[in-house]
Amino acid sequence: MEYIIMIIGAVLVNNIILVQFLGICPFLGVSSKVNTALGMGAAVTFVMALATLVTSLMQKYVLEPLSITYLQTIVFILVIASLVQMVEIMLKKVSPSLYRALGVFLPLITTNCAVLGVAINVTQQTIIPGHGFSVIDNTLYAIAIAIGFTLAITIFAGLREQLELVEIPKGMKGVPIALITAGILAMAFMGFANLV
Amino acid sequence: MSNSKLNILTKGFFKENPTLILVLGCCPTLAVTTSVVNALGMGAATTFVLLMSNMLISALKNVIPDKVRIPSYIVIIATFVSMIDLLIQGFLPSLSASLGVFIPLIVVNCIVLGRAEAFANKNTVFDSLLDGLGMGIGFTIALTLIGGIREILGSGSFLGFQLIPAEYNMLIFVLAPGAFLVFGFVMAAVRYIVNKREEKKKHCAAE
Repeated sequence: MEYIIMIIGAVLVNNIILVQFLGICPFLGVSSKVNTALGMGAAVTFVMALATLVTSLMQKYVLEPLSITYLQTIVFILVIASLVQMVEIMLKKVSPSLYRALGVFLPLITTNCAVLGVAINVTQQTIIPGHGFSVIDNTLYAIAIAIGFTLAITIFAGLREQLELVEIPKGMKGVPIALITAGILAMAFMGFANLV
Repeated sequence: MSNSKLNILTKGFFKENPTLILVLGCCPTLAVTTSVVNALGMGAATTFVLLMSNMLISALKNVIPDKVRIPSYIVIIATFVSMIDLLIQGFLPSLSASLGVFIPLIVVNCIVLGRAEAFANKNTVFDSLLDGLGMGIGFTIALTLIGGIREILGSGSFLGFQLIPAEYNMLIFVLAPGAFLVFGFVMAAVRYIVNKREEKKKHCAAE
């Protein structure tokens, strides 16, 4: 039960894009078509789960025992950058079709603040009350957050496909109207605020 | 200071404003602009990182091998981010609490890496310093503008001074949707002004 509440909270109530403002760049950049949005969502889910798993292990077994948590930022960003590179190389060899589907998004994910943001966030808060710092909980939380990311980016891509057909003032075209649409979408997500 | 140096410094303020024109670094822009104080703090922290990393990267541009330049830049940037993070935690704990995770996230702010790649690794140390300072100030201007609008509309105050009585506040502007709306409208307004200016310039040139 507590896991279900955690997942609903991560996907809807604390949606990473519309409530926490992480990962706005891919949200605005690659959300013009539903298919690309789904591809980006899948890539982010994969990397975020893997990155949070590895960084949580690093935090628990390397940084804390040696009491060098002040190196957290440097260590985490290096882990994420090398992880993305490794995933890219492995995908190219193991599954070329998946690589073709996700490949273009992978380099973008290194500088996606959502991945680093979640990795740092899980070290600062307990995911499920009473469990303490648990690597498995953190990884599940990262997957749930990534599902929330995919949900938001896919809904938004659907809206933007329609938006391209509408006539709007010149200065509003592109990013400004996208941001205002996102604002209205964020208002809709506010409806989930007291769900859990 | 010659004209071209001045131009390097001031182009980030408006003409190539990193946030409003180039649309880089959107996450902190949306997240920390709930008040002017937060916006200024974030702007100052990012300016420090931009300035220092631009200088160091420019100084080391002949030493860093081309193939590993991006990881090297990330390490340099992350070092300065850790420094400013610890300094803010030590001296301004309330600012550190309200900015939270967004201070370490300066590492993945596209502006910093973008300037390193686009400017600092091709130009002299002094030019890179000016560029970093200019871009940092431009980022701070954008954050403060959005933060000011959100604080006045949302909590009826500016820099903490109450201007509008609490019962007339529109809470939505300090919540998540307000961030998107204000950012969108400010960006549209700036683009409108820039377009108008360019049309005028073209018009003058034609005559």
